[in-house]
Amino acid sequence: MAHIPIPEGLPGIRGLFAFRPETAKPLCDLAEVLLHTPGILSMADRELIATYVSAQNDCFYCQTSHGAIAAWHLGGNEQLVGEVKRDFANAAISEKLKALLVIAGKVRQGGKSVSAEDVERAQREGASDLEIHDTVLIAAAFCMYNRYVDGLATWTPENSEGYRQRAAYVAENGYLGIPAIAGKA
Amino acid sequence: MPHISLPEGLPGILGPMAFRPETAKPLNELADILLRGPSTLSPSERELIATYVSARNDCFFCQTVHGAVAAHHLGGNEQLVLDVKRAPAEADVSDKLKALLAIAGKVQRGGKFVDSEDIARARDLGATDLEIHDTVLIAAAFSMYNRYVDGLATWAPEDPERYREQGARLAQQGYATVTEGATAATR
Repeated sequence: MAHIPIPEGLPGIRGLFAFRPETAKPLCDLAEVLLHTPGILSMADRELIATYVSAQNDCFYCQTSHGAIAAWHLGGNEQLVGEVKRDFANAAISEKLKALLVIAGKVRQGGKSVSAEDVERAQREGASDLEIHDTVLIAAAFCMYNRYVDGLATWTPENSEGYRQRAAYVAENGYLGIPAIAGKA
Repeated sequence: MPHISLPEGLPGILGPMAFRPETAKPLNELADILLRGPSTLSPSERELIATYVSARNDCFFCQTVHGAVAAHHLGGNEQLVLDVKRAPAEADVSDKLKALLAIAGKVQRGGKFVDSEDIARARDLGATDLEIHDTVLIAAAFSMYNRYVDGLATWAPEDPERYREQGARLAQQGYATVTEGATAATR
């Protein structure tokens, strides 16, 4: 049971968005810019970073929902999402994304864990300053979203089909509409 | 030196915010709502929660600037800010705020550490559902801001007077306004 009475039937962060629409707006705006606005990193790469950080933080809802969005962007390749969560160094992804995932993992432990060598490695593999910036902020932001979802003990369904359906909607429409439709479970 | 090329002369989070205004906007909106928006928690209580979490995350810039904002709201009582950072259970703050700081400290370690006893204790001392919600989200948000500031190895000035001035400005004008003013010149 959630720690506070949030509207029923809304899983994970969506219940919290309905409980407090004022904070839902900037939280969704941030997710939209970081994950769903055309950029240099593909949407799949950015969702994989979010999924990896959420898995490391053991947040079931975030790693499952963003993992499903990543898989949608990857043409349904759930196997690759699983590999990135388990052992990204041996996953079939670019060396640049591996270097960015190293940075994301360090940010998750704490900002000071990121070393100049980590950043140089990513730059050698072709990462731009903007890509490194966004990787750090995606990882930091999911350290927030994960704590928000688990810190209030929100309800998280286990049925993966629900996450797949939801993922297709978010992957196509983005994050901005989520607070408005929060009431329509 | 910062890990990426950031506009020079801007301390802490202001460098990355000038570098990426698209993300600065929601980050500042979130801070303004959580720390300065309508709430039954006073601005000083909310800034103390932010300062405490930032201290636990060892983020010098965030704990110093938000500590300065808290002290400004507290009529310049920097000692109380230090007491809260060092040992909130023994600081001269309300029992309700102590219970909320305990929740914030759990969130800082990880969301799953918050248990129903922590929540029941806060509620017994008068905390509302919205206050508990906002405490969790402030602690979670500073677990983000701290990592953003330190993960890019941003520059932070050491002179306490600069933070006192910035703390007064932020307390009076808010996060979006001050950031916009400070970063506009770099664009």
